[in-house]
Amino acid sequence: MGVVQGDQMVLNIGPQHPSTHGVLRLQVRTDGEIVSEIKPYIGYLHRCFEKHSENVTYEQVIPFTDRCDYVASMNNNFGYVVTMEELMEIKVPDRVEYIRVIMAELNRIASHLLALGTYGLDVGAFTPFLYMFRDRERILDIFELTCGARLLYNYMWVGGVSHDLPKDFERICIGFLDYFEPKIKEYNDLLTHNKIFLERTADVGVLPPDVAINFGVSGPNLRGSGVNWDVRKDEPYSIYDRFEFEIPLGEGEFGTVGDSFDRYWVRVCEMKESIKIIRQAIKDLPDGDVFQTIPKKIRPPKGSIYRRTESPRGDLGYYIISDGSPIPYRVKMRSPAFTALSSLGEIAEGWMLSDVIAILGSLDIVLGEIDR
Amino acid sequence: MTVDTLMNWFAKLGDFPELAFILAVLICAVPVFLFIAVYALVAIYGELKISSFMQDKVGPMGQGVGLHAGKWGLLQPVADALKLILKEDIIPTSADKKLFILAPFIVFIGAFIAFAALPFNQNIIIADMNIGIFYILAVSSLGVIGLIMAGWSSNNKWSLYGAMRSAAQIVSYEIPAALSIIAVIMLTGTLSMQGIIQHQSGFVWGILPNWIIFQNPFTFLAFFIFFISGVAECNRTPFDIPEAESELVAGAFTEYSGMRYAFFFLSEYANMFIVSGIAVTAFLGGWQSPISGILNSPAWGLWWFMSKAMFLIFAMIWFRWTFPRLRVDQLMNVCWKGFTPIAMVNIFGVGIWHLMLG
Amino acid sequence: MTSTEIKETLDRQFPGSVIENIDLAENQLELKPDQWLEIATFLKNEPGLSFDQLECVTGIDTGEEGPLQSRYNFHSMEHRHKIEVVISLDRNNPKVASIEQVWRVGDWFERETYDMFGIIYEGHRDLRRILCPEDWEGWPLRKDYEPQETYHGIVVPKIKEEEWE
Repeated sequence: MGVVQGDQMVLNIGPQHPSTHGVLRLQVRTDGEIVSEIKPYIGYLHRCFEKHSENVTYEQVIPFTDRCDYVASMNNNFGYVVTMEELMEIKVPDRVEYIRVIMAELNRIASHLLALGTYGLDVGAFTPFLYMFRDRERILDIFELTCGARLLYNYMWVGGVSHDLPKDFERICIGFLDYFEPKIKEYNDLLTHNKIFLERTADVGVLPPDVAINFGVSGPNLRGSGVNWDVRKDEPYSIYDRFEFEIPLGEGEFGTVGDSFDRYWVRVCEMKESIKIIRQAIKDLPDGDVFQTIPKKIRPPKGSIYRRTESPRGDLGYYIISDGSPIPYRVKMRSPAFTALSSLGEIAEGWMLSDVIAILGSLDIVLGEIDR
Repeated sequence: MTVDTLMNWFAKLGDFPELAFILAVLICAVPVFLFIAVYALVAIYGELKISSFMQDKVGPMGQGVGLHAGKWGLLQPVADALKLILKEDIIPTSADKKLFILAPFIVFIGAFIAFAALPFNQNIIIADMNIGIFYILAVSSLGVIGLIMAGWSSNNKWSLYGAMRSAAQIVSYEIPAALSIIAVIMLTGTLSMQGIIQHQSGFVWGILPNWIIFQNPFTFLAFFIFFISGVAECNRTPFDIPEAESELVAGAFTEYSGMRYAFFFLSEYANMFIVSGIAVTAFLGGWQSPISGILNSPAWGLWWFMSKAMFLIFAMIWFRWTFPRLRVDQLMNVCWKGFTPIAMVNIFGVGIWHLMLG
Repeated sequence: MTSTEIKETLDRQFPGSVIENIDLAENQLELKPDQWLEIATFLKNEPGLSFDQLECVTGIDTGEEGPLQSRYNFHSMEHRHKIEVVISLDRNNPKVASIEQVWRVGDWFERETYDMFGIIYEGHRDLRRILCPEDWEGWPLRKDYEPQETYHGIVVPKIKEEEWE
C-alpha cells in the first residue's frame, strides 16, 4: 500500500465477512467513507485443481470441475465435456444434448436465484433471500431426483450423461416451471422496484462497455453494460441454435447503462429466458439411449483445444492439452469470475464503503471458481 | 404521579422526606426494570416469530406450551437470555477498559430514565412533570454518548465506523422528531404528558376519536414523520446502517459479548418502546379508548396504551424485514433535505389550520 | 479473416517474428518473444484485426529440457475471428514482455502464470503471486516441481505417485 496519508485509513474487508461471497480479502484505503483504492487478495480457496487434473484420468477430472464453481456445477461439467468432445470429435445422440441443455438451464436459474438473493442480503433486504432459496430448493430437489446429488453432480460425462431422466421428470419439471414463473413477478414487486433498492443500485458502479471488454468481463456483467455477447448465440455449442430465446441487455432504465441495477436486471430477465428454453426442450425431447456413445477408455488424440461455454457468470473456458495418454497433460480453466473480480478496483474506486459491497454483490463472484 | 403517591403514603408513616424520596424512587424503578426485561423478551419472541412468518419459515418451535411438543417455541427468548447471562465476559486487551465498561451503562440509562415520564394509565406514571415530553426528548439523546464510547473504546476500525454513523444518524433525526412534536404541543398548549392525553378526549369529525392524528391533515403527516424519525433513532432497518450486518458485522457492538451485549440489546428494544410510547401519547390518544366514554376504566386504560404501543412495535418489526437499507449519505439526505423542511412546513400548516377552522 | 491471412498480415508487418512450427494447429501461431509488446499493440489497434478481447493466458511446461510456453487466446468482437499466439521461452530464464497495459485483463492472468510457472513478465506493474502465499517457494505447475518441506513450521503434504492402468 505504500505510505498512508495522515487522514486515510486502511481497512480490511475479509477474509471472513458476511458479504464477500467466500473467502476474499479486500484491502481498502478510505478517506472517511470514500474509497480511494481497493486491492483484492485471493488464493484462500486454492485447491490445486489444475495440478490434480494432471494426475488423474479424463473422467476423474469431472468431479473436480464440479467443485470449482459449486453454485453452477452442471455448467462447469458442460463446458468440460463440450471441450473434450470437440477434441475427440465425438457426436452424442440428440437425447443427451436435450438433457444436457435442460440441466444446464435449470442450474442457471438456481445460480441466478442465489446471486440475486445474496445481493438483496448485501443491501439489507433479508426477506427476498429466503423466498429465492425456497424456490432454489425445488430445483435442487429435481436434481436430486435425477442424479442423487443436490449440489455437486458429476452428471455430464464425456460422450453422455451419468443417469437417464427418471420416469415422471417432465411432469415435475413443467410443474416447477408453472409454479416459478409468477414468482419472478413477486420478486420484482418486493425488491426490484423498491425505491430504496433503486437508490442503492442505480447509477452505482458504472462499467462502460469498452472498459468491460478490455477487462475480460463477460456474461451478465457484460450484457448489463449493453454489449450483445452471449456464447450460446454467438459461438453456439451443443444444440442451442435450435432454441428461440432472447438476450436481455442492460438499458439504463433507472440510471446509466452499465450500473449495478442493470447487471441485476439482466439476471432477472435471464431467468425468464431460461424458462422458455427449458419448455422448448422438454416439448421436443426425443427418445434414445444415453449411454451408447460413452467411450470405454478416453484417449484423445494429441493436440490442444480452447473452447468456451456460457456459465451463469460469463465465459467459462477450458484449455486442454492432450499427449495421447489417458491422463491429461494440462487442463486450464478460465473462470469468468476471475476477470470480473480483477475489474473491481477499476469500477469501485471513488465510491463509498457501502457501495463497494453493493458493487461486489452485483458482479456475482464465487470464490471457488476464482481460486480453483 | 406514582412517586408523589408513594411519598404521601410514607409521610403518613413518619417524617423522613429525603429517605422517603429515595425509597419511593427505588420502589418505582424496580418494576420499570422488570417491565423492560419482560417486554424485551416478548419483543424478541415476537420479532423471531413475525419475521419467520414473513419469510416463509417456521421460526422457533417446540419447547412450547406442552414442553417439547407444540409449535410455539415460547422458551426460546428465555434460553437466549440465559445464554447471554452465562457467556464469558471478554474485554479485548487493547480496548480502553474504563470506557468499554461504562458504555453499555450510559446507553441503558438513556433509555431507562425516559420511562419515568411515560403515561401507562391515568394513575400509573412515575413522574408527571409539567415538561414531560420535553424531558423525554432531552433524555433520549444520552444514548449517543454511550454509543460513541462503545465504538471508540473497542479499538476496532469497524466499530468506529459504526459509532460515527450512528451518532450522525441519531443526532440528525432528533430534529424532525422534535419539530413534529412541536406541532402537537401547539394544539394542546401543554408539555405535560397527561395534559396532552386529556386534550384528546371526545370525538372529532363525528365518529372518529378526538386523537390528534385525526384532528388535522397536517398532524396526520406529522405522525408519520415522527414515527419514521423514531425508527431511525432506534437504528432499525431501513436505517440500520450503524449495525449493518452485511457490512460491519455488528457495528459499534462487535467487541461486546455476554451481558454487556445484552444491555445494548435491551436498550434498543427499550428505545423502540419509548418511541412508540411517545407516538401513542402525542398522536394516538394515549390510554384513551377509541370510543370515548366506553371502556375507559384504569385497567382498560392500561390495555389501550399497551396495545397501541405494541401495534407500532409490530410495524417497526414489519419494516425491518421488508425494506433494504439506505446508504449513509442517502439517510442524511432524507433527513435534512426531506423530513426537516416538511416538518417545518407542518408547524405552519397546523397553526394556520387551527386558526382558520379550529 | 482466416488464420492464414492473420499470419500473413503479421509477417508483413513484423517480418521474421513468426516461427514455423508443424506441431501447432491451424489457428495457433508461434512468435518470437522479442517484439511481443509491439505485435500485441498492433493486434489490438489494427482495424482489420482489432483483437479487443484477450480470452485466456495459459502457461505450459513442455516437459523436461523443453521450453516454457505462454499461450494467449485472442478474439475480436467486431470481426468475430480468433487467433492463438504461442511464445516459447527458455526454461532457465523465462522472460517476456507484459501486455497488461494493452488488455487490462492480462494483469491477473499474467500474475497467475507467474505464480504457477515462474515466467517473468517484464513491464508488469505489480507482478506478485496471486494464488499461492507471497513467500511460497517454487513454481507449482512445472512438471519437475517438488513442494517445499515446511511452510512457516507447517508440514507440506506431497502427492503420492500411484500406478495408473
